[in-house]
Amino acid sequence: MMRKRRMGLTVAALAAATMLAACSTDGSVSPSATGDASAPPPAETQASGGEWFDQAVFDEQFEQRSATFEGDPETPWLQYIDGPMTDTAEWASDEPMRVCFANASISNPWRQTGFITMQQQLAALQESGVIESMEVRDAGDDDNTQIADIDFFIAQGDCDVYIISPNSTAALTPAVDRACETGKPVIVFDRGVDTDCATTFIHPIGGYAWGIDTAEFLIDNLEPGSNIVALRILPGVDVLEHRWAAAERLLTEAGMTVDDHFTGADPTEIKSIITDALSAGEVHGVWMDAGDGAVAAIEAFEDAGAELPVMTGEDEMSFLRAWDERGMTALAPVYSNFQWRTPLLAVEMIANGEPVPTEWVLPQEPIEEDERADALAANEGMPDGHYARFGGEDLPGFPEAWQDR
Amino acid sequence: MIATAQRSLGQRFLSGLATPSGAVFVLLVVLLIGVIAMNPNFAEPGQLVRFLSRTAPIAIAAIGQFFVIVSGEFDLSMGAVIATQVVIAGNVIGQDEAMILRGIALMLAVGVVVGVVNGLLTTVAKVPSFIATLGMMLALYGFVRFLTGGAATGNPVDSFREIGRGALFGVVPYPVLILLAVGLLAWLVMRAPFGQTLLAVGDNPVTARLAGTRLVLVKTSAFVLSSLAATVAGILLVGYAGVHPSVGQGYEFQAITAVVLGGAVLGGGRGWVLSAAAGAISLELLFTLLNIAGIDATWRPTVQGAIIIAAVALGAVAWRSARKPKPSRPAGATGPAGTASIPTTTTRSGER
Repeated sequence: MMRKRRMGLTVAALAAATMLAACSTDGSVSPSATGDASAPPPAETQASGGEWFDQAVFDEQFEQRSATFEGDPETPWLQYIDGPMTDTAEWASDEPMRVCFANASISNPWRQTGFITMQQQLAALQESGVIESMEVRDAGDDDNTQIADIDFFIAQGDCDVYIISPNSTAALTPAVDRACETGKPVIVFDRGVDTDCATTFIHPIGGYAWGIDTAEFLIDNLEPGSNIVALRILPGVDVLEHRWAAAERLLTEAGMTVDDHFTGADPTEIKSIITDALSAGEVHGVWMDAGDGAVAAIEAFEDAGAELPVMTGEDEMSFLRAWDERGMTALAPVYSNFQWRTPLLAVEMIANGEPVPTEWVLPQEPIEEDERADALAANEGMPDGHYARFGGEDLPGFPEAWQDR
Repeated sequence: MIATAQRSLGQRFLSGLATPSGAVFVLLVVLLIGVIAMNPNFAEPGQLVRFLSRTAPIAIAAIGQFFVIVSGEFDLSMGAVIATQVVIAGNVIGQDEAMILRGIALMLAVGVVVGVVNGLLTTVAKVPSFIATLGMMLALYGFVRFLTGGAATGNPVDSFREIGRGALFGVVPYPVLILLAVGLLAWLVMRAPFGQTLLAVGDNPVTARLAGTRLVLVKTSAFVLSSLAATVAGILLVGYAGVHPSVGQGYEFQAITAVVLGGAVLGGGRGWVLSAAAGAISLELLFTLLNIAGIDATWRPTVQGAIIIAAVALGAVAWRSARKPKPSRPAGATGPAGTASIPTTTTRSGER
């Protein structure tokens, strides 16, 4: 979600060849974060705030934050909110399954961490004979590539089960439908698609829940009328827009002054934005739609000699460490990274013929200050781009697989 | 030289200001006053110094780009070089202080290699610099993507990041000092025979070659200076902000805009190196002004595009009229402005 469009897209200047260069810059570097979509159709028209807000979904996710989850809290990646189940008896098999995984990308630390967890889960299931192999195709944040990847899998006809982590919602829907038509089980996770043909759709509660948790934290810790700078990765990606839509609604209602910026997750940009905001006046709070780059924001306050803000980041280690070292007032919202295990565990359930939740809503709990020390201790030695709620402690290869990336 | 002696310093100063390369300093002052008028806090010494500090990387990049542009070429690989250096700093130096010097040495070496390859491709292989450096840009971005997967990796050790974050005696930021040093060096280089040759090459490569100039050496040196400047900018940026593959993205265009805004003629042969730095600072001031005025940052590329077109269009005309009847500096001594307006054609005509 951090593809940077700001620079390069509109340099209408230097002649045609320059345009070409600018576009290639966009295409080839394109860093992203949690839950990205390359060019979601509504991006241009719905870029700012309001239109993304959906009261019904807001209310649903508000409730789900305090919902009861089925299953053992020790293994949150298997927990789900009670609801309709898909019968999988027809696919029960004693033979090891051949899995085909169409991945949107691994172009941000969240996806990279999740993909490691997935590979280690795969190793465990290969060991136990549930899965024979997993063929992965990485679409590099490109809708067209991912559609081609899925069609390739279908044409190859060598898949017992499809796993799809869609790049964007509308564009990937027909391809997911085609996968369903093969009659094999289809598992969709992270971002959704506009079809209910999938055997199971796995995702944490969602963006609104993130927005509610973070906004409530800022409101509880700041006076009404405080200045809050919101650092957003880029417009047009639903999971991100929902975070901000919910947070903006609540913060504005609480009388906060909010000022939002798109950063492309570029630390240089983040630092400049904060520095400019500080030169214009006080900044009391910082809200982020992803933790990537949080350290640059904190450093901007330090370099300007300003008091550190009340802040919401993410469960990325760099942020947890910066929060701990500086004793800030902060919250680490979580977009549960452990969801990357769940699709493969769903494969196991399907192979056993066990029913799976049709919409598999995983828990999504922010890390509060009193849980921070435990989260840091449990992830000691992990790199800065690692996510505390990765949920792979019991998998083979822990911790080296996540440390040496 | 005789012409210089005949005119007083004041006259020279005024006629200098009337050239595009001089006018950028006026523009800088006007923008600064504008920013301060809209946000009086900006006038505090601390804020001004911090602003200069964060502008230092792009100003240094612009100085590097100047050498290439004035020799009649383009360097589109700068942003990618910055990203590469930032990622190298994160990966090679990491949390090991003992690696700092070796890391910097490696980065400088990478900078030199990139510059030499760009230069040889342009001069020996006759690939237009637009294409050669575009290819280099893509190759380097691919490398960065391979190393990082497109995501942020860990920052290098804090003592290394001090170069871009710290300040001498806690007052003068190192980036400002480095910018001053680079500016001084660049000024000396342009006054040295090498600088004069560079201008001559950019103005008319055929004449320069017939006069015995080794085009390959001169132009390749310009590319090396450019990628070394990008390397320095990368070192500062990794200190300022940290490691992310998008750091440096767009810097090549910002640097080209700054150079053009600084009055250098695209196609080579004309321009003052310090005006390029002033152009970069003016551009940042302009962005700050737009930001304070509440104009969305998404408009930046549009502004930049308009500036490039306007500056190029005005530049050639203004140079011609400002320096008549008698050019007082070698910079304006040869031929009418804009004789070499398209770099590709000039290189082609200069067959070896």
